[in-house]
Amino acid sequence: MTDLAALETELAARIDAAQNLEALEALRVETLGKKGRVTELMKTLGTIAPEERKARGAAFNVLKDAIAAKLDARKAALEGSALDARLAQETVDVTLPPRAREEGRIHPISQTIDELVAIFGEMGFAVAEGPDIESDDYNFTRLNIPPEHPARQAHDTFYLAGKPGESHVVLRTHTSPVQVRSMLGQKPPIRVIAPGRTYRSDSDATHSPNFHQIEGLIVDKSTHMGHLKGCLVDFVRAFFEIPDLRYRFRPSYFPFTEPSAEMDIACTRGNGELKLGVGDDWLEILGCGMVNPKVLSMCGIDPEEYQGFAFGMGIERVAMLKYGIPDLRTFYEADMRWLRHYGFAPADVPTLAGGLAR
Amino acid sequence: MKFTLSWLKTHLDTNLTAAQLAEKVTAIGLELESLTNPAETLAPFKVVHVVEAKPHPDADRLRVCLVDTGKEKVQVVCGAPNARTGMKGVFAPAGVTVPGTGLLLKAGQIRGQASNGMLVSMREMGLGDDHTGIIDMPEDAPVGVPFATLLGLDDPLFDVAITPNRADCLGIRGIARDLAAAGAGTLKPWTAPKVNGKYESPIKVDLSALEAGACPAFVGRHFKGVKNGPSPKWLQDRLTSIGLRPISILVDITNFFTFDLNRPLHVFDAKKVKGQIALKPAKGGEQFAALDNKTYTMAGGETLICDDSGVISLAGVMGGAGTGCEFDTTEVYLETALFDPIRTAMTGRHHQILSDARYRFERGLDPAFVLDGMEAASKMILDLCGGEASAPVIAGAIPDTTRSYTLRSTRVATLGGLEVAPARQKQILENLGFKVAAKGSDFDVIPPPWRADVVGEADLVEEVCRIVGYDEIPAVTLPRDGAMPPLAWTPAQRRVRDAKRILAGLGLNEAVTFSFMRKDQAIHFAPRKAELEVANPISADLDYMRPSIVPNLASASARNAARGYADNALFEVGPIFDGIGEKDQRIVASIVRTGDASPRHWAGGARKVDAFDAKADALDLLKGLGLSIENVAVAREAPAWFHPGRSGALKLGPKTVLGWFGELHPNVIKALDLEAPVVAAEIFLDAIPAPKAKGGRQRPPLKLSAFQPLERDFAFVVDANVAADAILRSAKSADKTLIQAASVFDVYQGKGVPEGKKSVAIAVRLQPQDRTLTEQDLDAVAQKIVAAVAKATGASLRS
Repeated sequence: MTDLAALETELAARIDAAQNLEALEALRVETLGKKGRVTELMKTLGTIAPEERKARGAAFNVLKDAIAAKLDARKAALEGSALDARLAQETVDVTLPPRAREEGRIHPISQTIDELVAIFGEMGFAVAEGPDIESDDYNFTRLNIPPEHPARQAHDTFYLAGKPGESHVVLRTHTSPVQVRSMLGQKPPIRVIAPGRTYRSDSDATHSPNFHQIEGLIVDKSTHMGHLKGCLVDFVRAFFEIPDLRYRFRPSYFPFTEPSAEMDIACTRGNGELKLGVGDDWLEILGCGMVNPKVLSMCGIDPEEYQGFAFGMGIERVAMLKYGIPDLRTFYEADMRWLRHYGFAPADVPTLAGGLAR
Repeated sequence: MKFTLSWLKTHLDTNLTAAQLAEKVTAIGLELESLTNPAETLAPFKVVHVVEAKPHPDADRLRVCLVDTGKEKVQVVCGAPNARTGMKGVFAPAGVTVPGTGLLLKAGQIRGQASNGMLVSMREMGLGDDHTGIIDMPEDAPVGVPFATLLGLDDPLFDVAITPNRADCLGIRGIARDLAAAGAGTLKPWTAPKVNGKYESPIKVDLSALEAGACPAFVGRHFKGVKNGPSPKWLQDRLTSIGLRPISILVDITNFFTFDLNRPLHVFDAKKVKGQIALKPAKGGEQFAALDNKTYTMAGGETLICDDSGVISLAGVMGGAGTGCEFDTTEVYLETALFDPIRTAMTGRHHQILSDARYRFERGLDPAFVLDGMEAASKMILDLCGGEASAPVIAGAIPDTTRSYTLRSTRVATLGGLEVAPARQKQILENLGFKVAAKGSDFDVIPPPWRADVVGEADLVEEVCRIVGYDEIPAVTLPRDGAMPPLAWTPAQRRVRDAKRILAGLGLNEAVTFSFMRKDQAIHFAPRKAELEVANPISADLDYMRPSIVPNLASASARNAARGYADNALFEVGPIFDGIGEKDQRIVASIVRTGDASPRHWAGGARKVDAFDAKADALDLLKGLGLSIENVAVAREAPAWFHPGRSGALKLGPKTVLGWFGELHPNVIKALDLEAPVVAAEIFLDAIPAPKAKGGRQRPPLKLSAFQPLERDFAFVVDANVAADAILRSAKSADKTLIQAASVFDVYQGKGVPEGKKSVAIAVRLQPQDRTLTEQDLDAVAQKIVAAVAKATGASLRS
C-alpha cells in the first residue's frame, strides 16, 4: 500500500503547486483522465488476485476520491483568486458623478392650485372653468356691476378688438364670471371652485397684469354667513397648516355679494420677517360674501328660494405668504434659478391624506 | 377719507380713545388705513428760551444763539431773520430727523461756530408753508414742553378707506352716525339753520336744456356785501388738520362742508357771472378754463354750467377760473346741487380730473340734504363774511327717494348666520337713520335718503350684522352631502394637472408666462388676427393674445442663457388663443429645450438638443396620459415656424392633430433673437380622446405565452427618402399574431450603400403563441417580412 500513499503525496504536492487553471486541468488529465495514472491503476484491478482485489479496490477508490477532492479544492481556490484579480482590475472611481438624470419642477402656482383643490374638494367643491376672454356681460353686468359703476373703473380692465368702453370683449378681471357660468349652466345645489387666469392693467411689486385667482361659490337653500366663516376658517387653517390660526372677518363691499366681508389672518411683522397666524397685525387674505340676490336673479336663480356664498382669492398672494416668495413679478419670468428654488418635485402631490407639502 | 378725533367729536359724544374708535371703525366696515398723532411724531421738538442771539463773527446773515432747553444751555447757529435774544422758539436737538426736510440733524460747526441742533420753522415741522422765519412761540410758553401740544396738534388723525357703496361716510358726520349706532358714543343733534332771504337773486337758473336726471335740482343763492379774506384760525386749523390748504373764507367754507357734512358746494364770484345761469349738455368742442389753470375741450355729453359768456363750471367736477372767488370778492353766488352720478363720473374720467366734488357726486349724495346744506352754508358765509343773502333760487325739484323693504326678523339668522333679537334689529336700524315699523314678526323698513346703497332685505341684514359685528357670527363647518366628497376634477381637468407632473418628471421645469405677448413676435406663429389685439396694452411687449406658448418659453430660455444658463428645459401648460370665441381658447402643453441635451460628462455622450428630444417629450407625455402610442402617426405637417425637414405632426387618424415637435425654423430663431438649437413641442391636451368611461376599472386578463420570444434582425436598403416608420409598419403587418414589436437599431448611408439609398436595420421580436418555432417557421416569417417591406417601400435586403 505504500506505493499508493507515495503516489497521493506526490500528486497532492503537484496539485497544490499548480499556479493556474490550465496547469490544474493538465494535472487532472494526467491523473484522472482516460489514460491518467490513477485510471490506469484502477485498470490493473483485474490482474489482482481475487482475495486481495476487494481491499486493493477500496484503496484505489480512496485514492481517486482524495485526488478528485484535492483537484476541486485547488480549482475553487484558483478561481477565487482569478476573480479577485479581475475585480481589482475592474475597480472604478466611485466618487465620479453618475450620468445626469434631470428632474423638473412644478411651478408654485400649479402646486398651490393643487393644494386648494385638495382642501376644497374635501369640502365637496368641484372645479369649474370659464374662458379668459369674457363678455362684458358675464364679467360685470350679471355680477351687478352695471356700466359706469365706479367698481368697473377700479378693475383696470383690458379690452380686446376696439377702443376701451366701446368693446364688449374683455380679459376677465376676476374669476367671478365663472360664478355666472355655473349658475346659468347648472341647477342648485351648486358647490364649485374656479381657479384660473385673470387680467388687470396694473403692474408693480404687488400687481401683475396677468395673475391667478380662485373663486368659490355655493348656492343652495340654507347656506348662511356662519357657513361662509366656517368654510373659510377651515380652509385657511388647513392651507397654512396652522390649526389655531387667528382670523377676523370685516364688513366690506363687493357689488356681487350682500352682505360682504373681507377676511384677515393674524400676523406678526418684524425684522423683515412675517409670521402668520399669531400677533396683533392683520393681513388681508380674501374677499367674500353672500351672493347678492340681484346676481342670483340675473343668473336665472330665484333669490326667494336659493341663497349662498361666494369668495375670491389671489393664488399668487397665498402662495407668496405660505412659501415666503417675496416678489410677485418673479412668478412669470421663467428664471431657471427661481423655478429650481421655489418649484416643487413632481412626486410632491398635495393630498389631505399625506399632507399638502412634504 | 381723513378726519381728526377733535373733528369727529364735534358730531359724536364719546369716551372712547382713538385706538378704540379705530378698532370700531374697522369692525363696522370702514377700513382703517392709518391712525397717527402729529403730537407724537413732533414730541422731540420742544420750546426753548433764546438766552442770547448775537451776530455770527464770520457771516452777516447768521446768528449764534444760546438756547436754554430747560435742562441745559446749547449753542445753535441760526439763519432766520426773526431769531432774537429773549424769544421763545422751538428747538430740534442733534440726533432727530426734521419731518419737513427728512434730514437727520448732526452736531457740527457752521463757519467755525459750534451748532448743536436747529431752531425750526413751521415748514420744517411739516406744518404748512411758512418758512419766513423760525417758530415764534408766545412769551409765556413753558420751556421744555413739546410745542405741538401747545399748538393743539395733539389730535389723532384717522385715515379710513370708504367702500364705494358708503357715499354717506364721505362726510365726518356720516362716520359719527355709524359709530354711534355701533355703540361708540352718541350722535350730537344737528339742525339746519334758516337764513331769511333779503332780496330776490339777480341770477336765475335754467335747467330746461338738460335731459331728465342730469341735474335733478340746482339751488342758487346770491350774497352781497360780503368781505372775503383769510379764514379764521379754527377753520384754517380744521382744514390743515386733514391735509387741506386754506385759501379764503368762501373757498374754505365749501371745503369744510364737503368733508364735514358730505355736501359739496361751489361759490362763484357773482360779479364775474355774465347774465343768467343755464345748464346745458356739452355739444363737444366747447372750451373750459378750469380752476386748476388748465383748459379742457368738451367731448360732448358733459353737463355744463354756463352764463352768457360760455362755460363757467363743469358740473360736479370743477369750477371755472374766470368766476372763482378772490380776496376782493364782494358778491357771491352759492351753488348747492344734485348732479347725475354717471355723467359726473364719465366727465371726470374723460378729462382725468380728480376732485373732492366729483368723488362725492359720482357716488351719490343725500338728496334730502340739499336745502339744509345750502342754509347751513349760507349762515356760515354771513357769519364769517358779513353781507346779506337773497332768497334761494330753486331749479328742478328734490327727488323723493323714499322706498320701503320688508325685513323678516328671521332673516338675520338664516342669511347672516347671526341670532339678533328683533328689538335689537329695530334699534340698530333706527340708530342708522332707518324708519322701522313692525309688521307681525317682520319689519317694514324705510332707508334714510343718504343710503341709496340699500336696495333690499340682504342690505338690511348686512346693516344689522355689521353693527353687531361679524366677530359675533358663529363659524359653522360646512356640512357635506354624503360621506365621501364627489370628484373635484373632471377627467379633462385631471389631464391638465397630470400633464404638468408627467413633464416635470421628464426633467422639464414648469414655467407660467403671460397670456399676452408681442404682436410682432406672435405673427411668426400664426396669422395676425385683429380681434386678438389688446386695445389698451400695459406695454408694447404685451399687446397680443398668444397664439402659442413656444415664443414665450423660447424668449425665457434666451433670458436664462443671458444669465449664464444655456441649457434650458421648460414647459408650460396653459391657454392659447386662435380668436375671441370660447372655442378658440385651447389648452396646450408646450415644451422648449435649448443648449445641451446631455452636458459634457467624463463617460462621454455629450450632445446638443435635437428634434428627437422634443419628439420623446411629446410621446412620453401622450403615453403618460394613457394614450396608446402605437396608434399615433407622424406626418410632415408641422407648422411653418418649425424647420421643415426636422419637424413633424403627431396625428391620430387622418383628422386629429395631437400636436407637433421639431427644431424651430432658423428665421424664427433669428426673429426672436435666440441661439440655436431650439427644439419645441406642442401637445393639444383637448385633442386627446377622453378615456372610455364605460367598462369599469377591470383590466383585460393577462395572456402570457409559455414559449420563449425571439428576435431577428433585418437590414434593408431603401431610397434615402423612405420613412423608417413605413419600414417598421410594413414589417409588423407581415404577421400580426407572431410579430410583437419592431424597432430600428441602425440607419446608415455611405460606403457600401449606393448613392441616394440608405440602409435601415431593424430588429423584429417574435412571440410564438402555441408552439416552439421551427427553422422552417422562422424562414417563412422572415420571407413574409422581407416581402411586405419590399412591397411597401421598395426595399431590398442588404447583402
